[in-house]
Amino acid sequence: MSILVIAEHDNSQLSPGTLNTVAAAAKIGAELRVLVAGSGCGDVAAACAKIAGVSEVLCADFDTYAHEITENTAHLVKANLDGVSHVLAPASTFGKALIPYLAALCDAQPISDISDVVSEDTFVRPIYAGNALQTVKMSDAVKMMTVRTTAFEAADAEGGSGTVTAIDDAGASDVVTFKGQNLSQSERPELTSARIVVSGGRGMQNGENFAMLEKLADTLGGAVGASRAAVDAGFVPNDYQVGQTGKVVAPDLYIAVGISGAIQHLAGMKDSKTIVAINNDEEAPIFQVADYGWNEDLFTAVPALQAELDG
Amino acid sequence: MKVLVPVKRVIDANIRVRVKSDNTGVETANVKMAMNPFCEIAVEEALRIKEAGNAEEVIVMSAGPDKAAETIRTGLAMGADRGVHVNTEESLEPLVIAQLIKAVAEKEGADLVILGKQSIDDDNNQTGQMLAALMGRPLGSYISKIEKNDGGFAITREIDAGLEDLQIASPAVVTADLRLNEPRYASLPNIMKAKKKPIDALSPADLGVEVKNRLEVLKVEDPPAREAGVMVSGASELVDKLKNEAKVI
Repeated sequence: MSILVIAEHDNSQLSPGTLNTVAAAAKIGAELRVLVAGSGCGDVAAACAKIAGVSEVLCADFDTYAHEITENTAHLVKANLDGVSHVLAPASTFGKALIPYLAALCDAQPISDISDVVSEDTFVRPIYAGNALQTVKMSDAVKMMTVRTTAFEAADAEGGSGTVTAIDDAGASDVVTFKGQNLSQSERPELTSARIVVSGGRGMQNGENFAMLEKLADTLGGAVGASRAAVDAGFVPNDYQVGQTGKVVAPDLYIAVGISGAIQHLAGMKDSKTIVAINNDEEAPIFQVADYGWNEDLFTAVPALQAELDG
Repeated sequence: MKVLVPVKRVIDANIRVRVKSDNTGVETANVKMAMNPFCEIAVEEALRIKEAGNAEEVIVMSAGPDKAAETIRTGLAMGADRGVHVNTEESLEPLVIAQLIKAVAEKEGADLVILGKQSIDDDNNQTGQMLAALMGRPLGSYISKIEKNDGGFAITREIDAGLEDLQIASPAVVTADLRLNEPRYASLPNIMKAKKKPIDALSPADLGVEVKNRLEVLKVEDPPAREAGVMVSGASELVDKLKNEAKVI
């Protein structure tokens, strides 16, 4: 039996989270396959074949998969489950939409956001915004799940020698039509895999003030994130949001600026290795999870920190 | 057009949950419960669609024990027209819930089903996707915008890389993300009015659904606690600690 990982990519680059998902799959068993659905995605398939431990890459290179339409990808995966015991995808918006849809097509009950593998049928996952950890045993013949990518070290992107097998188009939905995307353009590292993240909250007061955090992030080689409050207020786009229902990050260094530390925000960052909190409210809950707290007005603290780093 | 909004009763978002000492789950006895926040957003959107003249009826449903009716009542107090309560004491996994919703959606002839994208208790984020798959109808997950048009619905989705626009045919299943709207509070007159609105009670068997769970929860535990940190008083102290103590820059 083999374990099938669904690759996430943009037709030219594999998402970093896919490597962590392969690592989770490798903890379950040895025979690893990766499925790549895309259009003009040959480079991605070749990259997947090189991941350490991957023996076969199934590649569906058709217009049908040019965009990540959940329906189309789910029907494709369903058609390629021969000999498959587990299906894993990163717990990104891509994987979180795909896996339950696929599971329902296959009459299976998936689990979401696994953070550890206990055995081939038993997994750990956070519930209640990470305030509890649940150990769950699955009984379906094909076990389907999304993976909390920050909980697993990335698999080695080099060293594998898998084969690439072309698979058939499973057909496109005639009731869903792609219209367009408005993607955030950034030269910075991707938020969920960045080594350093600088995040701003309601205390930033407006979107313009985020320029301070962007400068700090660029100095440190990090990404910029935000709390839900900052996104809801329109300071920054939705894809900046770190939290229970946004992105989960676990960088080496997380700097929370003007973020009070609501439970749902902590859920998205409390597994960071080192947490710095800058807040002018000494009662802010964020200080309870911070390794280094700095009770200071952020408009004083951030420029001072920048100056110190600039030397 | 008929809009169906499935809602879930969860521990209030402001309550700090406690793991039970026998590690079987979290403490729910004598804990304040509320409608799942994402479900409130779903109800609000359905009401706005109706208020814009694009729907005739908004139906709120929930599956669960007697108390689930309170959560349906909350939806009625916000302005929904009537409720459907699938009454069962059994614990329900998302696949079963999706089967129950499908049965109600088909019975009612719903043109649009709006769900919250995730419940804040189990954090599964599954039911809407599973419902769309079971119904064989288009899925709009994580939407921040929906507009009725001739072909069905134009939707905008919040995805990890930004925003995505799709056109989906009717009937459709969509799941609400945070930025879809800001839910209203129920006014006192509407809370009074809601008490007279009808709630149909059904059992899973009435809907032809067998409650068959697939997962076994072996234990529920506290996550590892973080050690208490220290306060710093200035930039040079912070940078020194990050460089020499934490060694992260």
